[in-house]
Amino acid sequence: MLYGTRLRALSILAAVTLTAGFGLAFFYAPMDADQGFMQKIFYVHVPLAIVALGGFVFGGIMAIQHLRTRDARYDLRSYVAIHLSLVLGAGVLVTGSIWAKASWGHWWVWDEPTLVSFLVVFLLYATYQPLRFSIEDPERQARYASVFAITAGAFVPLNFLAVRLAQAYTHPRVFATTDGGLPGKMQLPFYLCLIGMALLFATLWKYEMASKHTSAQLRSLRRKLGGDDAVAPQGRTAAPSLGTSS
Amino acid sequence: MRRAVGAVLRKELRLELRAPQAVPAMALFSVTTLVVFHFALQRGQVDGDLAAGVLWVTLLFAAMLGTSRLFVADHEEGGLDGFLLAPVDRTALLVAKALALFGFLAAVEVVAVPAFGLLLLGPTPDVGAIASLVVVLVLADGGIAVVGTLVSALAVQTRARDLLVPLLALPLLIPVVIAAAKATTPLFLAGGAEALPGRWLAVLGLYDLVFGLLAYAVFDYLLED
Amino acid sequence: MTDALPNNTGYVAAAYLVFFALVLIYVVIMAAKLSRFERELSELEELADERIEEREREAVST
Repeated sequence: MLYGTRLRALSILAAVTLTAGFGLAFFYAPMDADQGFMQKIFYVHVPLAIVALGGFVFGGIMAIQHLRTRDARYDLRSYVAIHLSLVLGAGVLVTGSIWAKASWGHWWVWDEPTLVSFLVVFLLYATYQPLRFSIEDPERQARYASVFAITAGAFVPLNFLAVRLAQAYTHPRVFATTDGGLPGKMQLPFYLCLIGMALLFATLWKYEMASKHTSAQLRSLRRKLGGDDAVAPQGRTAAPSLGTSS
Repeated sequence: MRRAVGAVLRKELRLELRAPQAVPAMALFSVTTLVVFHFALQRGQVDGDLAAGVLWVTLLFAAMLGTSRLFVADHEEGGLDGFLLAPVDRTALLVAKALALFGFLAAVEVVAVPAFGLLLLGPTPDVGAIASLVVVLVLADGGIAVVGTLVSALAVQTRARDLLVPLLALPLLIPVVIAAAKATTPLFLAGGAEALPGRWLAVLGLYDLVFGLLAYAVFDYLLED
Repeated sequence: MTDALPNNTGYVAAAYLVFFALVLIYVVIMAAKLSRFERELSELEELADERIEEREREAVST
């Protein structure tokens, strides 16, 4: 299967949507009564967070498929999704920290339940790569990674529930960071940013998948042309490798 | 399946009784941790949310100590291969190990909780509060046992297993910590114990259910070879 | 929450810059991979050419 198909169209769509979203966020959406201009961070921070979480769950779904079909390509899809979400997740924590500093003067606050939940999820998924790396046999590595991805994926909603419940007790005034509390003219930019961010994730994911696929094909081609000794041995790696016959 | 679970469980308990390693170490560790807390917090007594926090951190870290070793003996001495050869449902191993871990945790708590009460807890809880505490302990231990068994099975085949178990298990157990700490805080209040908030029991129950089912569904894939 | 506008602009700008930096880092990584692919393909092209020459030589000599 080729991953680069329609990649150009996808990336253009992502760029356009995201630009439109950000543009509307700055020039169309009203100023927040509480926070003022600083609230604009919300349009990059929250969509990024939602998409990163979606990426983790998508990784879990791909992992389920991997265990069911034993097709190594699902494992690669899962790995790339989780990897990408982790990188975006780091961005979420940094932008969230900036927002916290701007709002409350501290680089981190425990008041924001979504941010705190996200930190826990991030810490969990940060162990994904070390876990993979510590298992040498590729088939077992993929299998165990899938088990982890499924467990962690199921954990995400539970964790958010628990943290949100905990905060609701002590700080009833929760920021309206979900759809429910958004005032009218803020909704369009927010949704546009959300869709744009999701498209960006899809673009980067396809990018990465195509790159890994190309690598594997080059390796296979090299083996076919030069014989087995033309190919350098792969050594230990945390990344899944597509079979040379793909 | 029940017979398989029973057999493995009896083996676990017999091993531990014959050469006690995990439970005494965990119990001793928890008492030592309480002493460390005294010095670290620079207090002679704790109550309310601080008390709940100290208790649950102590229990959690003691659990981490015991969980790492859960599958090690089987893995190294071939017991795992022996089990795989038997014509039994493999999930029986999960159930048996989780029950064993639950038992170990309960045994540790028999030592650790009174020690906590003696050493650090300010207000003395009445019978009702103690009963509520037991309920929370049972629910929380269930979650810790399931997640601990799953993570331990995951990590036993890797090269860095003692590092990986706490690294994987602690984030997964954070909802348990949240719920357990919130639930037990009213029991340790200085002004007199209050009623147990029901919602946190519900959260613990939900957690146990979700992870129990998840572990049940997924455990087989860890044992193939 | 009545911070002067310039202060807040700094934070907002920083947040968006972090996001763009992340995306641009991806671009850089992809660019590096692409150049490596190009190099490998040209090597494989040479390898294929050698094979063709060998086959022609064998065809001539027999």
